[in-house]
Amino acid sequence: MNHVIDRRLNGKQKSLVNRQRFLQRYRKQIKQSVEQAIGNRSITDMDKAEQISIPRGDTDEPVFRHGKGGYNQQVFPGNKEFVRGDRLPRPKGGSGQGPGQASNSGEGMDEFVFEISQSEFLDFMFEDLELPNLLKRHLVGDVEFKTHRAGFSQVGNPGQINIVRSMKFASARRIALGAKDKRALRLLQQQLQDLEEKTGNDDTISKLKLEIKLLKKRLKRIPWLDDFDLRYNLQVKQPVPRSQAVMFCLMDVSGSMTQGIKDMAKRFFILLYLFLQRNYEHTDVVFIRHHTSAKEVDEQEFFYSRETGGTIVSSALELMNQVIEKRYPPNQWNIYGAQASDGDNWNDDSSNCYRLLNDSILPKVQHFSYVEITDQDHQSLWQEYLQLQQQHPDFFSMQNIRSTADIYPVFRELFQKKLGQIPGGIV
Amino acid sequence: MRKPISSGSEWTFELIDQYDQEIAKIAKDFKLDTYPNQIEIISSEQMMDAYASAGMPLGYSHWSYGKQFINTEQSYRRGHMGLAYEIVINSSPCISYLMEENTMTMQALVIAHACYGHNSFFKGNYLFRSWTDAESIIDYLLFAKNYISQCEERHGVVEVEKIIDSCHALMNYGVDRYKRPSPLSTTEEQLRQREREKQLQKQVNDLWRTIPDSSNGDSYHEEARFPPEAEENILYFIEKHAPLLEPWQREVIRIVRKTAQYFYPQRQTQVMNEGWATFWHYTLLNTLYDKGLVTDGFMMEFLQSHSGVIYQPEFDSPYYNGINPYALGFAMMRDIRRICEKPSAEDKYWFPKFAGRDWLETLHLAMRDFKDESFIMQYLSPKLMRDFKLFSIVDDDQDNEIEVSAIHDESGYRKLRENLGNQYNLQNREPNIQVHNVNIRGDRALTLHHIRDNRRPLDRDSAKEVLKHVHRLWGFQVKLHSFEPQDKGVCPISQQTLSCPEDKPDKLTSYDIKA
Repeated sequence: MNHVIDRRLNGKQKSLVNRQRFLQRYRKQIKQSVEQAIGNRSITDMDKAEQISIPRGDTDEPVFRHGKGGYNQQVFPGNKEFVRGDRLPRPKGGSGQGPGQASNSGEGMDEFVFEISQSEFLDFMFEDLELPNLLKRHLVGDVEFKTHRAGFSQVGNPGQINIVRSMKFASARRIALGAKDKRALRLLQQQLQDLEEKTGNDDTISKLKLEIKLLKKRLKRIPWLDDFDLRYNLQVKQPVPRSQAVMFCLMDVSGSMTQGIKDMAKRFFILLYLFLQRNYEHTDVVFIRHHTSAKEVDEQEFFYSRETGGTIVSSALELMNQVIEKRYPPNQWNIYGAQASDGDNWNDDSSNCYRLLNDSILPKVQHFSYVEITDQDHQSLWQEYLQLQQQHPDFFSMQNIRSTADIYPVFRELFQKKLGQIPGGIV
Repeated sequence: MRKPISSGSEWTFELIDQYDQEIAKIAKDFKLDTYPNQIEIISSEQMMDAYASAGMPLGYSHWSYGKQFINTEQSYRRGHMGLAYEIVINSSPCISYLMEENTMTMQALVIAHACYGHNSFFKGNYLFRSWTDAESIIDYLLFAKNYISQCEERHGVVEVEKIIDSCHALMNYGVDRYKRPSPLSTTEEQLRQREREKQLQKQVNDLWRTIPDSSNGDSYHEEARFPPEAEENILYFIEKHAPLLEPWQREVIRIVRKTAQYFYPQRQTQVMNEGWATFWHYTLLNTLYDKGLVTDGFMMEFLQSHSGVIYQPEFDSPYYNGINPYALGFAMMRDIRRICEKPSAEDKYWFPKFAGRDWLETLHLAMRDFKDESFIMQYLSPKLMRDFKLFSIVDDDQDNEIEVSAIHDESGYRKLRENLGNQYNLQNREPNIQVHNVNIRGDRALTLHHIRDNRRPLDRDSAKEVLKHVHRLWGFQVKLHSFEPQDKGVCPISQQTLSCPEDKPDKLTSYDIKA
């Protein structure tokens, strides 16, 4: 009568639907919370799970209930010194006086705190964003290929012969070619039999026999396997969408870049890195820092070592171009560039930067973004880059960051999904 | 002495089966009548799932269950809260969930507690017998889940969610107190549902027909109220009479109403139900021990968790969170047995009817025919009040101090008992709100009345929110008046008035003229 059932193997996440409904319903609040979190997070744990808190009042399910006031009688356990008729001052936080008061304060205003997973966090973080020109490389011809089976063909090399197919065609051909003669042969054999039974006319019999012999000979001449019976497995090459990307982080480390500015730059780079990781199977990062000369460094050195001196931005671009040519051929890699600087540059050098980007770098990259972290007036570099932006709106974008709080909004702006716009300019 | 069933703390399916059989034998000796048991082993995550859906094995999807789940998960992860050892569902067969993390002792405890304690309570108690139908509840929940997901496909998740939100706000006012619902199977329910759809819409159309009824002559001569009698089941009223609802929306309201009805007995029998189950796991496992079927270690572990369950912090303790229903219920059940077996002079005076009688019979009677309120009023003994050191506090807003109105002494026993009983009366806990009138001939406004109990007002903010939900369901203006009950013949004056949408001044004046 009693059963014991092991349900542990059944689906665990029966509440998943409900959980998702909840997240959906409070999307707006959660997104806000995520945005705040990005601002507050220390740089290294940008992609951890996140505590989300939304005002509890928003998630309340209201029911009719008694307000404070009126006559209340309540029983408690654990009496120690009270006797009947004792009068005590009303404890704080107890019932208030008068109807309809004091319900705004007190409970109901604390936060509903919960955790969303890392992937949910990133989903919220990168919602409505897309990598520019993700499509472009997929359609370009000289990408990596993979061969696929694609039916059969009449030409090919002997190693690809499909035996079953070929024999099928041979058989069909033999039947088709021999049908007429076979029919005639059957007819003659029938006649011969009839004549032999009736006896007599040897002349006609031998004539018939001769004809039969000829027919048989002809039938025998139909080849067992002919050239045009042969069928080969067909392989076609298909372009494979590229699944690796390299991200170039370019940063000015000259004396004018303070630790605070570098921190902001780092946040920006990390956002971009996380975003790339979501879109590509494999992501490489190349760190290039520069003052008057550029150098490829590791992450630690990139963010934390300090240098002094002047600034020549083009040196970094030059190095980036060299690295691309040496290690990241554009037909195998999706290349993204991100440059952060406070805008300082030798005036003469800015036009070099323009030239370098315009002539050698932009044709090779998917996208290049430039953030200027300064709250002062823009200098010549910004002006040169403005021109670039006008000429290559799909491949180049730039923004100005003033404080930490700007980073995420600026990032969003850079990668906002552009509705209805197909890369290449067709709208 | 027999050999103990097991000695380790690891459980296996065979062991669970053996324990279950032994406990079943003892339960039978104690005349515990149960539905067949279905024991399901689940993981802690599944337990959280079950938690979130209020223990329903299949519930319709709704964000509020998601919120519940997130809440549970959070506090569990952070270690604020252990999970309950068991969840048991009032159905036939009676489904009990056992967590895989539990030790053998805990599994045995849960089997005794849920499969024999709660189960026999579900089968025996009069409220459950008359308000729920254990045979068909799983079928009905399945029907509800499917119906609601169909609605979501047809009308969109958002639309369905809106209706359910509104219904949930009124869930406590979707309960019949005096009619018995008839149990139906899935297929019957589906058939009836289609008929109901047609029939209901027809009735509604009739009600709101605007073509003048020629046989009635002038219909304005008398302002008859509609409904003629105040209706306390607000959801029922809306389901049957709201003018603008689509048939599927009425069905959704009905589903929420039925679910509320199913949980109604549980809300009224918390102390008894838990007390009964706790008493029986205590008694059954002790008997197992007496028979030599469990080890000393088993008993130590069991008693440790048992005493945790029935711990009652005192009112001034930081852990105090109201009266623990397990503690009170268990103590009362034990007390009844004591009064039957070893009555003192005091007990004989207070409980002449059963002091000294057969304890098992008395206990079964108490379980069958009472709910928390009446159970406490009937069975709470002076000794128990002394053990718990109960006292009663009056908090009156017309008095600037609070007063101790009764303590556990000769003059206070009756008063205390009454007060505690009242505390478990659902009608005292929830504001008494009823449908008073609908302006059928005019603007179709719905008027609700709140009758105050002990001058307690409605919480204005929450009431305002709920009214928005009522308004969504009703489709026209909804008003709520809160009254102090008066002697007969005295016109009650509304103390609080709420309206959704809020009254505009010009509208008010036009009303006054009409009135």
